[in-house]
Amino acid sequence: MNLLIVEIEHLTKVYLSKQSVVALEGIDLELKQGEIFGLLGPNGAGKTTTISIATTRALPTSGTVRIKGIDVVKHPAHARRLIGVVPQFNTLDRSLTVFENLYFHCRYFGFSHGHAKSRSLELLTQFMLSERKDSFPQQLSGGLAQRVQIARAIAHRPTVLFLDEPSAGLDPQSRMAMWSAVEGLRSEGITVLLTTHYMEEADSLSDRLAIIDDGRVLALGSPEKLKATLGAHTIFDLKLRSQDGLEALAAKLRERRDVTSADVTPDGLRVIAASSDGLLPDLVQAAAGHGLRDLQITEPSLETVFIQLTGRDLRE
Amino acid sequence: MNNLRLKIGKFLKEILRMFLQDAEALTRYADHRISGNPASIALEAGIFFKAFGGLFLRDLRVLTREFLPFILRVGMQPLLFLFVFTFILPRMGNGNPMTVGGTGVDFGTILLPGLMAVAIMFSGIAGVALPLSNEFGITREIDDRVMCPVPLWAVALEKVCFSAMQSMIAALLVIPMARYIPAVPVRADVHHWFLFALVLVLASLLAGSLGLVIGSIVNPKQIGLVFSIIVVPITFLGCVYYPWSWLDKIRWLKYGVLFNPIVYISEGLRAAVTPSIEHMPWWAILAALFFFTAALGRWGLKGFLGRVLS
Repeated sequence: MNLLIVEIEHLTKVYLSKQSVVALEGIDLELKQGEIFGLLGPNGAGKTTTISIATTRALPTSGTVRIKGIDVVKHPAHARRLIGVVPQFNTLDRSLTVFENLYFHCRYFGFSHGHAKSRSLELLTQFMLSERKDSFPQQLSGGLAQRVQIARAIAHRPTVLFLDEPSAGLDPQSRMAMWSAVEGLRSEGITVLLTTHYMEEADSLSDRLAIIDDGRVLALGSPEKLKATLGAHTIFDLKLRSQDGLEALAAKLRERRDVTSADVTPDGLRVIAASSDGLLPDLVQAAAGHGLRDLQITEPSLETVFIQLTGRDLRE
Repeated sequence: MNNLRLKIGKFLKEILRMFLQDAEALTRYADHRISGNPASIALEAGIFFKAFGGLFLRDLRVLTREFLPFILRVGMQPLLFLFVFTFILPRMGNGNPMTVGGTGVDFGTILLPGLMAVAIMFSGIAGVALPLSNEFGITREIDDRVMCPVPLWAVALEKVCFSAMQSMIAALLVIPMARYIPAVPVRADVHHWFLFALVLVLASLLAGSLGLVIGSIVNPKQIGLVFSIIVVPITFLGCVYYPWSWLDKIRWLKYGVLFNPIVYISEGLRAAVTPSIEHMPWWAILAALFFFTAALGRWGLKGFLGRVLS
């Protein structure tokens, strides 16, 4: 059943301070039951703002967000019953132990003492935290704290879980553990919306994803579809010593059938091509006259899709 | 003078407008609830009280973990005050230096309600302002509670109620201290239990509301400064160490302090605990306590919402 869990319509947000900052310029998204949806974009693209509005912690300038048909602006208290949030930073209650963080979260959502206790113990086992149940959040590593946050966010069995940059600041090992924890949620039927600026994360975790930049959705679809339809290309970044005659060289390269675009950059030349067969030797030869210093090849990936869409690197 | 009158008029009008807005919002809220079916209203009310209870239990758990420091924090000041002014000093002087204002009234009796007022004030602020300013700080610990399935005002209300409970404990602690520490025991003389309970509850809610204002408006880094430039002055000038009526000779101060909510806490407790000492009429005290609780609560809530909603 393709039930819509999250519906975001024409969402805009302008932060009014000394100078107004437009964070969102009309976002439209729909999340289906049980899918893991990725929101991919560089810092400042509007990912966190979108999540903040959807989780009732910020008010939109215009547009609506509905969770299972409930408008989050009109009925925030009701909507909060349906959502779980893992914020970007560690917001665990420092005055409570790991167990108590889970236990009281359950109590906030109306669980009885016995029910809250059994649910907390169950989560501690599920997330392999039983040994740390009496630790305080200050004593946990970043990875462990993140796992407690995920456990806490799903404790009241929300319909949809929001994860804001879940792997920011985690070491590779903790990141893998976090990924498998999120994968594990699939079996519980929870719909997940996660934001990230890591390509690999978006690629391997999400069923569908939206690439956003400057508060707008640039592309939407499964990672495979995005790579295929946007013709994820290979990108050649050439660093050259001399800038003379580069325009002519770029124009000549553009005439080739396998080259999608060729542009002069401050360092040299950026060539985007559908396939790299046969192009590489020609490129090296052509660039030799301009003093080739370095050549960087980026294989087709979401990263190249993003560069093609925005002309910028994701981590710029 | 006219200018000042205009300003005060404008201020009062602004407050009235705020309350009218609230009343309207509340009726709209109620309308919306009533139009739903009874079963779903009962369900929502159930969720509300359970969540509110959960928040309260959380605070209670944290308090029990720090119960001894809590008792020390609220008890130390009145303990030392009573010890120095009603135990040490009376033994030093010749005659009786601690009869103030030449009325022959024992200073301890004047001090008892005043110290209760100070205890209420300080624990109200320590119970809301300090934890809130921490939780709003870098850690944003408040986030999980803000995500409770209750309206945001309920989260703020819970903070105020919990601190009111702490304030009441702190105030009641002063009574046995005043009985056993001073050279001449001071006895609480409560004739009207209802008035006493009402004043105690209202005063505690007022202190919590003031804590909410400070905690949600003041930058965490400046919380210490706020203590020295706001909390300490309003406490010292809050008719804590003398009844308000004794200010007759300093008329500008007598009317100036009417803007200080602590005055009504001290006077209210004076009316309830030591009625033999001159005090303001009870109706004026209750009206002022109501007014300041509502105004500060409203202001604090506005600040709270501003902090959690962007």
